[in-house]
Amino acid sequence: MTPLLDQEVASRVLSRALANGGRFAEVFAERRRGQVLAIDEQRIESVQTGAEEGAGVRVVEGGTTYFAHVDGLDPADLERAADEAAAALKGDRREPQPLQARETTPLPIAHRPEEVPAARKAEMLRELDERGRAKGSEIAQLTASYAEARREVALANSDGLFTGDDRTRVRIGAQVVARRDGSVETGAETLGAHRGYELLEDDPAQIAEQAAAKALTLLDAVPAPSGSMPVVVGGGFGGVLFHEMTGHGLEADHIQKGASVYLHKLGERVAEPLLNAYDDGRLPGEWGSDGIDDEGQPTQKTLVIEEGRITSYLYDHLTAERAGVSSTGNGRRESFRHLPIPRMTNTYIAPGEATPEEMIAEVARGFYAVSFGGGQVDPATGDFVFGVNEGYLIEGGKVTKPCRGATLIGNCLDALAAIDAVGDDFFMKTGMCGKGGQKIPVGTGQGHVRLRALTVGGTER
Amino acid sequence: MSELSAVAHCAVEAATGAGASDAEAYVSRESGREVRVHGGEVESLTAAVQTGVGIRAWSGHRVGYAYGTDLSEAGVTEIAARAAEAAEVADEDEFAAPPQPAEIEALPGLGDPSVAEWEASQLAELALTVERTALDSDPRLVGVEQAVYADAAEQVAIASSTGVAGEHETSTCYAYLQALAEGEGARETGLGFGLARGPRGLDPEAIGAEGAERALEMIGAGKPESRSCPVVLDATVAASFVGLVGGGLGAKAVQRGRSPLAGRLDEEVASAAFALHDDGREPSGPASAPFDGEGVPRRRTALIEGGRLRSYLYDTYTANREGVHSTGAASRGSYRALPSVSTSNLVVAPGSHSFEELLAEAGEGVFVNDVAGLHSGVNPVTGVFSVGASGRMIRGGQLAEPVREFTIAGELVAMLSAVSAAGAEPRWVPFGGSVSTPPLLIAGMAISGS
Repeated sequence: MTPLLDQEVASRVLSRALANGGRFAEVFAERRRGQVLAIDEQRIESVQTGAEEGAGVRVVEGGTTYFAHVDGLDPADLERAADEAAAALKGDRREPQPLQARETTPLPIAHRPEEVPAARKAEMLRELDERGRAKGSEIAQLTASYAEARREVALANSDGLFTGDDRTRVRIGAQVVARRDGSVETGAETLGAHRGYELLEDDPAQIAEQAAAKALTLLDAVPAPSGSMPVVVGGGFGGVLFHEMTGHGLEADHIQKGASVYLHKLGERVAEPLLNAYDDGRLPGEWGSDGIDDEGQPTQKTLVIEEGRITSYLYDHLTAERAGVSSTGNGRRESFRHLPIPRMTNTYIAPGEATPEEMIAEVARGFYAVSFGGGQVDPATGDFVFGVNEGYLIEGGKVTKPCRGATLIGNCLDALAAIDAVGDDFFMKTGMCGKGGQKIPVGTGQGHVRLRALTVGGTER
Repeated sequence: MSELSAVAHCAVEAATGAGASDAEAYVSRESGREVRVHGGEVESLTAAVQTGVGIRAWSGHRVGYAYGTDLSEAGVTEIAARAAEAAEVADEDEFAAPPQPAEIEALPGLGDPSVAEWEASQLAELALTVERTALDSDPRLVGVEQAVYADAAEQVAIASSTGVAGEHETSTCYAYLQALAEGEGARETGLGFGLARGPRGLDPEAIGAEGAERALEMIGAGKPESRSCPVVLDATVAASFVGLVGGGLGAKAVQRGRSPLAGRLDEEVASAAFALHDDGREPSGPASAPFDGEGVPRRRTALIEGGRLRSYLYDTYTANREGVHSTGAASRGSYRALPSVSTSNLVVAPGSHSFEELLAEAGEGVFVNDVAGLHSGVNPVTGVFSVGASGRMIRGGQLAEPVREFTIAGELVAMLSAVSAAGAEPRWVPFGGSVSTPPLLIAGMAISGS
């Protein structure tokens, strides 16, 4: 396998990119490989592999970024991209700084997934299928999937940086449909990491059992309640609540466009002192971790909320430059076909002191949202919404009936201020986050968290 | 034969040479531009070219797939070998078989030369006009988070060992903005957008004005009280729900029991006021093409008529399972994706009510202008949904104060049965796939607010 980006070629490409001026230029080269398998109706299907390579070149001048991307990594492909990016500029040639190679240590991969025979991955999916279906005769459907992806990236910029990273992620998922008489319910679970096949050496099939258990539980569900009430949010993927209601609003592009409710809130108190939160792109093996971000900046642990006060926004290269600060290593891109923008990595609420049992015991009537299907926020208004895929009523300090069809809705600042307990049972889960048409892997995490009041939108009449 | 078709034929030969009993290759070349503007300046200008091939290989009744960007002979040969190899890992499925060739009728007019002809500076001016129109509309319109223009011109070629062969060219473009209005101590956002085959088909002033109007009308929004009441869905919102219905009409979801519409053929699933068809050849439809993702001719398929479910949508595989013909509904997002059954252009039949008449008929209710959280708030298997919404109260048959931070909840089939009138003015909307729909009046829905 040839190296992604030759240093001499990179220098030449950067020179061409600055042929008509520009204060910054960058070439980003990438090779992507992946394999996907699925099981459905107890048959292995959708076996597919992909191999793509290409590069994106950007030139920045004034407030404008000129960007071009091409498929292919031949020097001629890269030069074409550089010429295309430079075409709309009208200034005088500039010379890039000489390149200095900087080593990056990629996250360690113990067992390269591409070296595992596909037949073994198929066997693993068959075990998921069997174990999930064994949870009961009411399991009507089970689908499970396996996906591995490797992204080798190399980049060089006109400030003289020349570096790269090698990233491998593995993720499996199980979706279950359970039926009883007329009612149909679903359950899903995933497991993923920035790791190799070693992720699946433990007992991957338990996710199928967990998905099955969720669907079976929901067969006894009642319609979700409606109205404002105390809400206890589960650990792990419950952290998507913080991701949506705070994380996005801290991304510096939203801030700089005045499109965030966290504008002018740096140093301000927005939550109870019990709240501390981080974005951490260096957590070992986590789904949202990388060695460097997609602009070559080493990833880092950034404290974003300290004892209820906002302590930092999340920056990429350009937004940091504009704000006169350093990048926080949050410049991420889906692929060489996309421009980097400020994005979260692994975002989480740090563990607190309460136990989940205590939090629930103090609620006379409320809602317990164990996990979400996902969420969405408008950072400008702060309005958010979350679909709950496993939720329960809390009555008299106890978790009682499972509920179907619940959505949580609210406004970021109100909801953040309403957090009155943070649990000690911290863990992380994986998610895919969409922004500006780019989908990237992110981690979310927390222990149980309680909000004094939040609107639950259910179907109960 | 075009260069792309030559690559497709070469790929098919390479796959059968690598041991596949049958093979199909889908090759695409797409060039596109995007301009993002902010604060009267161009924020980014992107030029992109993408080329790739996806090869489906059959080994008897087992299927494998591989894709890649290397279209050289050596590159295609390697991708073909991986596809043939992948087929050996899949399980036997007696219905998995390559499509047979059928006559493909040409569909001219899917490409607009202005996509290629317009200079980057003209595209930038278009996007800047979108932004400026919004900013100039009202002093309370304090900003535009982003105004964007983007286009794509795509050439596709397909070939298979069974004799399928086709080529087509399409172009699409869109512009949108997210406008920010401020008032009564809060910020509001408003989306405006337009779709066309080329930039000359877009009206930047109308797009800017729509975003501004949607943001401005939300100033002072409060939470509505929880209730069950008539709801008018704006076309953009109706389209999202119609897209979910379309997802449930795909034969794969139906056959595998993962659709609220499974087993309902010929049954009453909607009120008579709601009629729906899919038309992959509709000249104005953004998703139109002469053939689908596996080379089967696109066509019109009636889905819901007279309140009854008339047909599901089939690709070759799902049709084989039921011994019927494909409806030409195999779609693929790109060469990276296996073809799978999905809608093309979903079209809701317009009714006779003007927007004002829909409001008048609703009397006391809510006009829903925007929904959020569709990807997490809807269960596609059961059709149960609860999503975030914003819009205006309807009082005395007229639009009244703005409302936000509430949810609308229900179940898809029940909602279709409760459609009491369709508006007279349809619109193409890029949410929920490619959907043309007028606003819809729903007789009753659960609103959860304060």
